[in-house]
Amino acid sequence: MKLSHLAKLESESIHIIREVASEFENPVMLYSIGKDSAVMLHLALKAFSPGKLPFKLLHVDTTWKFKEMIKFRDEIVKKNDLDLIVHINDEGVKNNIGPITHGSKLHTDVMKTQALKQALNKYKFDAAFGGARRDEEKSRAKERIFSFRDENHHWDPKNQRPELWHLYNTKIDKGESVRVFPLSNWTELDVWQYIYQEKIEIVPLYLAAIRPIIKRDNLLLMVDDKRLDVRESETIKNKLVRFRTLGCYPLTGAIESNAKSVEEIILELIQSKNSEREGRAIDKDQIGSMEKKKQEGYF
Amino acid sequence: MDLDKFFQDQNKKKQVKILTCGSVDDGKSTLLGRLLFDSQNIFLDQMNQAKIESEKYGTQGKEIDLALLVDGLQAEREQGITIDVAYRYFETSNCKFIVADTPGHEQYTRNMATGASNSDVAIILIDAQKGVLEQTRRHSFIVSLLGIKHIVVAINKMDLVNYNENVFETIRDEYKELISNFTFTTINFIPLSALKGDNIFSKFENTNWYKGPTLIEALEKTDVLDSSRDNKFSFPVQWVNRSSANFRGYSGTITDGKISTGELITTTSSNKQISVKNIYGPQGELSEAYSGQAITLTLSDELDISRGDIILSTKNDQIMKANQFASHLIWMDQEPMLPERNYIFRFNNSYINGKITDLVHSINVNSFEEVASKKLNLNDIAYCKVAIDKMHGISSYSNNQKLGSFVIIDPYSNKTIGVGMIDHALRRSSNISWHEMSINKKTRSELNSQKPCVVWFTGLSGSGKSTIANILEQKLHTAGKRTYLLDGDNVRHGLNKDLGFTDTDRVENIRRVAEVSKLMVDAGLITLVSFISPFKSERQMAKDLLSSDEFFEIFVSTSLEECEKRDPKGLYKKARAGELKNFTGIDSSYEEPENPDLVLDTNSTNAEELADQIINFLQVNKII
Repeated sequence: MKLSHLAKLESESIHIIREVASEFENPVMLYSIGKDSAVMLHLALKAFSPGKLPFKLLHVDTTWKFKEMIKFRDEIVKKNDLDLIVHINDEGVKNNIGPITHGSKLHTDVMKTQALKQALNKYKFDAAFGGARRDEEKSRAKERIFSFRDENHHWDPKNQRPELWHLYNTKIDKGESVRVFPLSNWTELDVWQYIYQEKIEIVPLYLAAIRPIIKRDNLLLMVDDKRLDVRESETIKNKLVRFRTLGCYPLTGAIESNAKSVEEIILELIQSKNSEREGRAIDKDQIGSMEKKKQEGYF
Repeated sequence: MDLDKFFQDQNKKKQVKILTCGSVDDGKSTLLGRLLFDSQNIFLDQMNQAKIESEKYGTQGKEIDLALLVDGLQAEREQGITIDVAYRYFETSNCKFIVADTPGHEQYTRNMATGASNSDVAIILIDAQKGVLEQTRRHSFIVSLLGIKHIVVAINKMDLVNYNENVFETIRDEYKELISNFTFTTINFIPLSALKGDNIFSKFENTNWYKGPTLIEALEKTDVLDSSRDNKFSFPVQWVNRSSANFRGYSGTITDGKISTGELITTTSSNKQISVKNIYGPQGELSEAYSGQAITLTLSDELDISRGDIILSTKNDQIMKANQFASHLIWMDQEPMLPERNYIFRFNNSYINGKITDLVHSINVNSFEEVASKKLNLNDIAYCKVAIDKMHGISSYSNNQKLGSFVIIDPYSNKTIGVGMIDHALRRSSNISWHEMSINKKTRSELNSQKPCVVWFTGLSGSGKSTIANILEQKLHTAGKRTYLLDGDNVRHGLNKDLGFTDTDRVENIRRVAEVSKLMVDAGLITLVSFISPFKSERQMAKDLLSSDEFFEIFVSTSLEECEKRDPKGLYKKARAGELKNFTGIDSSYEEPENPDLVLDTNSTNAEELADQIINFLQVNKII
């Protein structure tokens, strides 16, 4: 018998998740509420079934996520009896840091990268799962599945530990940590196909609906709350849109789409000619920008 | 479009993992860019990004440089070379491909091995203008060493040799000669041009003399390992699932063969045979499961099984317990591998301390010759004997890659510094058993009315180690204690006279002295060891031979400057003049102890008083 491609990916991810639980003292799963996190969580629940997850979830809340994301997060936690930590960078909140007033670069650094480091330091996590995939972005394509971080959470792309077979090096010193990416080998299509096959719940924002939209810097932004300063030159239009990725709402562009179900998303994806990170403003600040962010400790 | 049909087709696609290897300018990244581009796995925005970057870094004039689609890291884009392993994904109507794109330079052998470790098929690129190069030989050797059975030899840049059949045939024949000793199952030679896209997805008319498959056809035909071999079931336990009082399951990934409910199994930690009760796969309960699946098993009877153990079919005789084995090794660190040094060995589900006991020979990857050597440098490949601290279930790499492979980790930096592929278990470990003597360490030390131990002096040459040790021994002797002083210089006149001062020999020097001092402790003696012992790993090795209350590390902390000033034997002067090579402190390093039991400062205190400090220390620790 030969395993299907998806069955192979599924088993590989479960193996990785169990390996972390076995070898690290205090792991955590970064839960971003997006579709990749949903798949990662689903795989983790399978890995330890019929038992509970042997680690907590962590959500780094920038305070600028879509309202629907937060609602969905709380429902999932309740339904699956999960242990979730929500961390917000209070310093950033005190200084009113936000994507509109401070731009995507500073906002992401303070409310996401710094906040993440704060949380990792506070709870002394020695391993953190992330849902990133290698097909998302070119510098991700080179990252190890078990990706070592020094005590400042920095990634050194030129000095990565060789990773052969499935023999992951989990040895670290105090203060150091490892980021673990169980979905490394999944593509966007694999993720959607798995969501469909397993009937995994996802945030409704992924599905097309009429939403209040403005156009800014070639991105279609949803007016999720009053903090989005709609300018005089801009008009709010109700448009049938959906999101291919989810992040801070003023930084996440919608796409016009009729896809109201997972099936329709997959059909759209097969015919699509744009890759999913296109909707993200933060990747294109400068050439090589994701690689720079990652070196500094971004996921 | 019918979605269910689409998924059925998707699920029928087989997964093939490809390794691409070629030298610097063979056009490897271009080939990969071409595969992604022609299989329509490149999105519009990625294409636009490549266009922008082509203007900045491109090498193809006004054309889009396809290589820029795949060279991910910024440094690579700027230098125009690939420096790490990148993974790429594309699919055709029959297959899903995962590509490990690895660099070709000699200094990146380790990255190539990394990519090869998880691949089913290798594409070996040869530039038609250059033919078989040294790098081609090296790549082929590594691919073979890592056990890849299928290769495609892509003879690239045919457009630059006018698609000349003779050029193709000459290279093919030369390559066949080169690999005559390797055991590849399938070899395809394909003339192509990555730049133009010839013979990649479709046949090209200018090479109508070529009757074989296109590159994609050859890759799609890769025979992915059949995972249901009978009687081969092996299952390293990864995690014990005790989610409730009445559930005890063993989780892990099957590394070989298949298992059915009711089948008899045994483990590497017990000879008992019991049967499989339930199998839980990711999709629920199963009646049988296969290699590659992550499952949880429950068993018919209680058995003490934990992470590190391997559950096996009772008929599987290919997995054996051993603590010594012969293995191929690829060294991956700047710091050389020295035999007898302590390392951590990571196997499928356990970490075990151990060392390389014999470096049988290293292998010249260009000529495939076996060469005698005393240490391994970065990217060296060798055949070695390994000893680990406890018995562990292993397989030969050729039988089971998952249980026949290991990585080596530096116990100090935690870096991955090497990898190995097991050839066979060594029988000597099970044949030589330890003789239990009726007179032992305890009875001897009772007769001597003293507690034996090692007092290990470390410090630079001329720091005062031997002077202090000598006074200490006199004091102990006067007090009626039985002692022995092992002095570096003296031992080098006899037991270790065959050793020089290279790093390799220094490690062996200390290993022998450590073993001798262990015997002396066993004989009931207070053993003083006065050796420079410059490396912390060897001092740790000596310490590990004894129990924690038997070994005391004394650091004579005299500075290099002061030692050089004293220079009692005139050695520093000679070393500075270049007459003495590998002299500690001058052109060979000294690693200071991080947590010595005692630090002696010879600047402020004389040798007599320092000896008294040690006496005091030994009294406090109830040695005397």
